[in-house]
Amino acid sequence: MQTQTQTVDVLVIGGGTAGPMAAVKAKEANPALKVLLLEKANVKRSGAISMGMDGLNNAIVPGHATPEQYVKEITIANDGIVNQKTVMAYAENSFAMIEELDRWGVKFEKDETGDYAMRKVHHMGTYVLPMPEGHDIKKVLYRRLKRARIEITNRLVATRLLLAEDGSIAGAMAFDCRSGDFHIIRAKAVILATGAAGRLGLPSSGYLFGTYENPTNAGDGYSMAYHAGAELSGIECFQINPLIKDYNGPACAYVTGPLGGYTANNKGERFIECDYWSGQMMMEFYRELEGGNGPVFLKLDHLAEETIQNIETILHSNERPSRGRFHEGRGTDYREQMVEMHISEIGLCSGHSASGVWVNEFAETTVKGLYAAGDLACVPHNYMLGAFVYGKIAGESAAAYCAQAPLAEVDEIQIATERERVWAPLSRPDGLPPLQVEYKLRRMVNDYLQPPKVTRKMEIGLQRFEEIRHDLDRLSASNPHELMRALEVHAIRDCAEMAARASLYRTESRWGLYHNRVDYPARNDEDWFVHVQLKKLNGEMHCFKRPIEPYIIELDEQEKTAYQKLRISKDALSNAREQDTLTSV
Amino acid sequence: MTSVPVRVNEDLCIAEKGCTVCVDVCPLDVLAIDIVKGKAFMKFDECWYCMPCEKDCPTGAVTVDIPYLLR
Ligand SMILES: Cc1cc2nc3c(=O)[nH]c(=O)nc-3n(C[C@H](O)[C@H](O)[C@H](O)COP(=O)(O)OP(=O)(O)OC[C@H]3O[C@@H](n4cnc5c(N)ncnc54)[C@H](O)[C@@H]3O)c2cc1C
Ligand code: SF4
Ligand code: SF4
Repeated sequence: MQTQTQTVDVLVIGGGTAGPMAAVKAKEANPALKVLLLEKANVKRSGAISMGMDGLNNAIVPGHATPEQYVKEITIANDGIVNQKTVMAYAENSFAMIEELDRWGVKFEKDETGDYAMRKVHHMGTYVLPMPEGHDIKKVLYRRLKRARIEITNRLVATRLLLAEDGSIAGAMAFDCRSGDFHIIRAKAVILATGAAGRLGLPSSGYLFGTYENPTNAGDGYSMAYHAGAELSGIECFQINPLIKDYNGPACAYVTGPLGGYTANNKGERFIECDYWSGQMMMEFYRELEGGNGPVFLKLDHLAEETIQNIETILHSNERPSRGRFHEGRGTDYREQMVEMHISEIGLCSGHSASGVWVNEFAETTVKGLYAAGDLACVPHNYMLGAFVYGKIAGESAAAYCAQAPLAEVDEIQIATERERVWAPLSRPDGLPPLQVEYKLRRMVNDYLQPPKVTRKMEIGLQRFEEIRHDLDRLSASNPHELMRALEVHAIRDCAEMAARASLYRTESRWGLYHNRVDYPARNDEDWFVHVQLKKLNGEMHCFKRPIEPYIIELDEQEKTAYQKLRISKDALSNAREQDTLTSV
Repeated sequence: MTSVPVRVNEDLCIAEKGCTVCVDVCPLDVLAIDIVKGKAFMKFDECWYCMPCEKDCPTGAVTVDIPYLLR
């Protein structure tokens, strides 16, 4: 096994959604730059949008919504804890990005007059744009990468960022999951786009790779940013999704809702007003699931044959095309049966909730020369279009930064230390198998961190994660593929510890189920109307508060609690936890 | 049904002619070519049942089943 070194201007890590966009936009901003897109899998089919996408969850299309309305909606959906400037930077660029993707050949649904066929799914505004023919999106991106002459390396797993003496970025280190070779990539700027931490909780099926997120996204980027000294934010605002039980893919109320489908309890009755995924919606889902009215189902059996055929065509061919096979295996026919649902394992993902590496409206992290975009960058509810927009912002910011940034010297000690850590499992003939350690770690994540969050349980969890830290030194791998799994366990463990520490730090409840703390059941705006940040200080994990920047869009009094009134039934009051209204800012 | 979720029809697979498409596209890198047989196979049971392997195979040799634990 060898060590290889190369030097570029901009290094983009992760070639899923945000990454390819970042690479293309950096190169377009300055064609003289050497831009490298480094991917763990293969850019052709990697990431969350591997097979396509069912729609844009947050499209801001003139005539249907304004950026101001969107910023309000997300501020309220995320219980006030947002840096509005970052959400606004997304919102203002949202429509231009849709038009650009449209020109590139991505297919969005349009009405007879050629306008985008927008659908209302959110509580307040209209933001969903279906893409029933969205399966070509990776192909379209790949064509743009080729046209822009972006250099691509596949099957390299980034493991740590390289830092200059002053703490700014100097590049990254990676290994080849087929040959085991160690790679040093020197760069002036690095863009992290490695997606969610999707292998944190264990799916209830027990299958390690049966996750909601693409399991290639094991949280590597969260761990790399943390070890580079970057601030992370909102880690305690977990991602938990309402999914098809066991299959663990989205039931797609966004697709079926506008066609008449809805989430129902075991009596076939609606119990939530709005299917848009939020912590409050998940709380109601959880209550229904655990109460006598569970399980929860997706109800389509009342729809017309034609509508059902249409739903089948979309849902069984696009985003998660194996769904039809799953239903077939269980004998589920939308015409006859409701589809049983469940809640997912926990994950970290700002694309869906709010956990991520802290960025400002220029996609800058708190480490100089390091940018972040997509699911791992903290811009709440950013979804796919947010990944594209922030990919663009990150690419352009990094290109501008390169103009005045020197190439930092590399520190041989960092390299030697990391190479030793990466290669170590290969030289341990009979250590612990990575998948066993991963199974145990993720089972403990379920046992101790899955909400409702209990203080004593999370403390025990932290103790267990500490013990597993020592097990990392006993991991063994017999080939480079297994080595990849071993290194992923390191990252998953870091994410588990972050999830526990940030959750323990915020001593209140917020975001419905996402941060439901049994020992602190009320929302406490006086002390906790702040971001919770997490950062490595002197080798230790530290949490601290960061004030919320003054809002740029004020909220109307009656809107502030909109997402806290999602339950339909009359007994809503007796059921719902007392929640204060948002304090005015 | 085999013990792993991805099945390759060896009569259709043309790996011996140099094809590696399914191995290339798999996000989890769990497929490989058996050099002796000249056929693709599932080497690691770590599958997201996402289907690029099946969709992109030029001869239709790949079938993705839902992993047993989820079925
Ligand atoms: C099943 C599912 C359905 C969804 N449906 C919708 C929808 O209908 N509408 C919508 O708007 N959004 C949807 N989303 C969300 C949306 O897909 C994501 O928000 C968006 O694609 C995230 O982009 P990303 O670039 O951050 O991550 P990804 O596209 O996942 O890319 C991350 C990339 O990083 C690579 N990587 C990971 N670790 C490393 C490493 N160590 N080194 C190198 N590379 C690495 C991965 O292989 C991957 O290619 C869905 C997500 C999922 C999972
Ligand atoms: S893509 Fe199809 S033909 Fe090619 S190696 Fe794989 S199974 Fe064989
Ligand atoms: S279904 Fe997806 S994860 Fe499974 S082998 Fe095929 S490409 Fe790989």
